[in-house]
Order: sequence, then structure tokens, then C-alpha cells
Amino acid sequence: MNAKRPSLFRNKFEQAVAGYIFLAPALVALLVFLIGPIFYAFYISFFHFSFLDPQNAKFIGFSNYIHLFQDKEFLRALGNTSLYTLGVVPVQTALALGLALIVNNIRGKTFFRVAYYIPTVTSTVAVSVMFMFIFSPDGILNKFLANFGIHGPNYFNSPKFALPAIMLMAIWSSVGQFMIIYLAGLQDIPEDVYEAAELDGARGWRLLWHVTIPLLRRTTFLNVVMSMIGTFQVFDQVYVVSGGNGGPLNSTLSVVLDIFNKGFKTMQMGYASAMAFVLFAIILIFTLIQNFFLGREDK
Amino acid sequence: MKKRRTALYVVAILYSFVTLLPFIWSIYTSLKPTDQVFNFWTPLSKLNFSSYSYILKNFPFGHWLTNSIIIAVIVTIGNLFVNTLAGYAFARFKFPLRGILFFVFLAIMMIPGQVLLVPIYMLLAKLGWIDTYQGLTIPFLMSPFMIFLARQFFLGVPKELEEAAQIDGLGRWGVFFKIFLPLSRPLLATQIIFTFQGNWNAFLWPVLLTTSDDMYTLPIGLNSFYGQYSAYWNSVLAGVIMLTLPMIIIFLIFQKQFVQGISSSGIK
Repeated sequence: MNAKRPSLFRNKFEQAVAGYIFLAPALVALLVFLIGPIFYAFYISFFHFSFLDPQNAKFIGFSNYIHLFQDKEFLRALGNTSLYTLGVVPVQTALALGLALIVNNIRGKTFFRVAYYIPTVTSTVAVSVMFMFIFSPDGILNKFLANFGIHGPNYFNSPKFALPAIMLMAIWSSVGQFMIIYLAGLQDIPEDVYEAAELDGARGWRLLWHVTIPLLRRTTFLNVVMSMIGTFQVFDQVYVVSGGNGGPLNSTLSVVLDIFNKGFKTMQMGYASAMAFVLFAIILIFTLIQNFFLGREDK
Repeated sequence: MKKRRTALYVVAILYSFVTLLPFIWSIYTSLKPTDQVFNFWTPLSKLNFSSYSYILKNFPFGHWLTNSIIIAVIVTIGNLFVNTLAGYAFARFKFPLRGILFFVFLAIMMIPGQVLLVPIYMLLAKLGWIDTYQGLTIPFLMSPFMIFLARQFFLGVPKELEEAAQIDGLGRWGVFFKIFLPLSRPLLATQIIFTFQGNWNAFLWPVLLTTSDDMYTLPIGLNSFYGQYSAYWNSVLAGVIMLTLPMIIIFLIFQKQFVQGISSSGIK
């Protein structure tokens, strides 16, 4: 009957309606559970505000933010978290790169990928508990060290060893993930680059140092920033290991654990929100650095 | 040359011991009687599963396992639905504000979830949703990152397919369900895997939003069990295995999709 079948996009209006229908659930979630709460959190970060006593909320301007940088506990948390990031990121990246280069050059790639990635799919709580057993005073690690006459400490009860032990755990659990990204990066390097380099006489370590690693620059950069953003938000491991208090002697107190405790133990919710926005600012700086460098490389 | 290759194998195999031994050690210890936990060479004949039946019988581990499954499944299905539709809309429809809205979804990814702790807690408390299944699922049904992945995926599907379907007389939903969905199995697999994994292992939100051990998920339950019974390492590690094993099995089945998903997250 009709010469032309009705077009799927009969007119603009109909298409716009369809677009919004498909988008509706995500939009509702965005407004109710992300944008609304973010603005609310920003708003109360300028208040002295406790959930238990909302009637007595008091506008105090920037006091929460100013107070943060005189708060010894927060500064300690910031210091611990920075130390944790500085310790974990370089070791993890170097290890991931090294393993990727090795696995890329041998058979059994699938096996090694699986074996190295299993820690990443494991719950952080499970990882923490397993390591607390291995690192316990009479645990297998100390038993092993005893063979060499070393008397190992009670790692997680020692202000000196607790944070480094958690760093080790973090490295162990995430190396596999970054190794897989490196493997993908290695696959993207065209064969002829190597052939050309070999014609120029580059072999072995020189090839690695002057060709492969520089070509992986972009992947390395992505890995480092991703890992920095992740490590700065460390919470699960320090919560489990310290039973939620960041001990011993605040040596494992991280920024997020401090937010959690200020917000929900002492109920200083305005203050906790201000802390969360400081964390946001730090992460934003990491992201901007990433965009700046990657953007410049694309040109 | 040959020597170097052997060295590579040795290092690779050694590191796989580093990643796998903690699991093997945990399984081994979970099968011992309590008084043998620090006796490192307990013979295999003494091993049994009693610590597993002990924690299942005397503590709500079975209940926590059920909670974990229910919550992870609901959140995964919800995300699949919400994110796929939204990604499709961004890729395939023209509508006012599309550019701005997409930018908002992208920008919001930069904000760390911890900013949401206080306001979401207050919202859920107002609704009476603390310590309920609604509270543990409904706020987590959408992911801007997955919407981004879905959009990228659908942008890569050729336009001709749609036109052909049109000629066959399929409507808008028909095109989506009959043409696009069957094509998007890799996209759906990536979403399912990472959403499920994230929820199965989630700790921060459930520890904030649950107060009674009736509502705990496995990670929260295990943490609280460890807090009280840390001397019973065989039982604690049985809990660890219970929490870890399902995820490892899922990973082993879908390892190809896992690797693809991770690799693409790095390249993008």
C-alpha cells in the first residue's frame, strides 16, 4: 500500500523521545544517587553538622577546610596514604612491566596470565586475612626467617611494620592487572619496529631500553596514574588489619578510613565531607596531569 | 640464548608460586584441626573439612553467602539493563542535550565514591533503607564507566545493519533486542564480569550500610568473624576460601573475557 516503509527515525521528535526513554533509568540514578548527593555533600562541608543532631547545624564557612590542615590525625592519614602510594606504585609498575616482558617472550602465556591475575579477583578482605596469617608472629614467614637467625616481628602490631606489610599485600594483589595492560601494550608495538631496530644493531638489553620501554610510555603513564588514584583511596585492607581504628598508633590510618571514622563514629559529617572533597581535589590533580601529558602526546 | 630463555621460565614460574602459594597455604590450613594450625607439616591424613561444617553450622556463613549472591546478582542485572540502554541511546539516537549529558556522565567518573558516603548514608537513613536489601542494591544500579563502554561498543556497529532491520519492518525496540543485543555479547560479558566482581568483593559500602549480622555480605561477615575468633585460624581461613573460591571459579571460566576487558580498559 504505502510506497515507502515508515522510517525508523520518522522525525526528530520521535527520536528524541526514544532517546530519553532509553536513557531514563540512568538519568534518574545519576540525579538521585550521584549529582544530588555530591551537591549536598559539598553544601554540608561548610557546616558544623552531625546526623544525630541536625537541628543544631551551623554554617561555619571554610572552617572545616581550614581546620583539616591543623588536624594532626588527618595530616597523619594524608602522610600515611602518600607514603603508601609512593611505596606501592613504583614497585607494582616495575614488577608488572618486568613480568609482562617475560611472559610475552615464553610459551604458556595463558597459564601465567591466569596465575598472576587470580589475586586481583580476590576480595581485599580475604587477602588481608590470608596475609595476617602468613605474617602472624608464629606464622610461616617468621618461621622461614628463623632459619636465617632472623627474629621476625609481629608485623601488624608494630607501628613500624604494619604499613609496609599492607603495601606488600597491595602490590601482590594488583600486579597481575597492570601486567595484563602491559601485555596488551606490547601487542600493539608493530613487528617492523623491532626489525628496523635490529637492522640498526640494537639487541637484548639495548633493544629493551631504547625501543620497547620508550614505546610503552603511554601504557606506563596510564598504569601509574590509575594505580595512584586507586592507592590513594585505600580503605579495605587498613580497616580489616587494624580492626577499623587505623592502629597501631595511627600508623595505618588512611584518608578514607579517617573520613569513615569522622563521619560515622564521631558523627562529624560536615567535617568528613570536607575531607572527602580534599581527597577529590588530590585525585583530580592526578587526573589532570594524566590528561595534560596524554593530550600533549596525541598532538 | 637458550640459557636466557630458561632463566625467563624460572622467574615466571617462581612468581606464579608467589601468587598461588597463599591460596594453597590457606586451603591446607583450613583443613587442619585448630591445634595443628601452627604445626606446618601436618600430615595429609589428619586433614578434614570439619572447619567448614563448623562455621556453616555455628555461624551464619551460609546466610552471608546467600546475601552476597542475592545482592551481586540484583546489582549486576540492574546495571546490565540501565547501562546498556543508556549507552545505546548515546550511540544511536539524536536528542537535545545529548552532548552535555554525556559530558556529565564522563565528568562524574572523576569524583571518588567516598564523597558520596555521608550524603547517601543520610538519604538511605531517611528512607529507612539502612540494613536492607534495597539500601544495598538500589543506589548502585548504574555505572558511568559501563555506559561509556557500551556507547563505544555500539558506535562500532555499522549503520547498515540497522537499515536492513528497518526494511524487515522492525521497530525501535525490535532493532535493539533482535539486532543489537545478540551482537553485543562481548560487551555484556565485560559488564557482567566486572560488576559482579566489584559487588562480590565490595567492602566499604556494605560495612557502612549494614548493622545486623542478618544483612552482612560474606566479606563483612568474614571480617566480623575474624574480629572475634582470630585464634581459630582454620575456621577463619575456611571462611576465606568460601569467599574466594566462587570468584576464582568464575574467573577461570571467563578468563578470556576478563583479560579482554582489562586490556581494553588500559588502552582507552
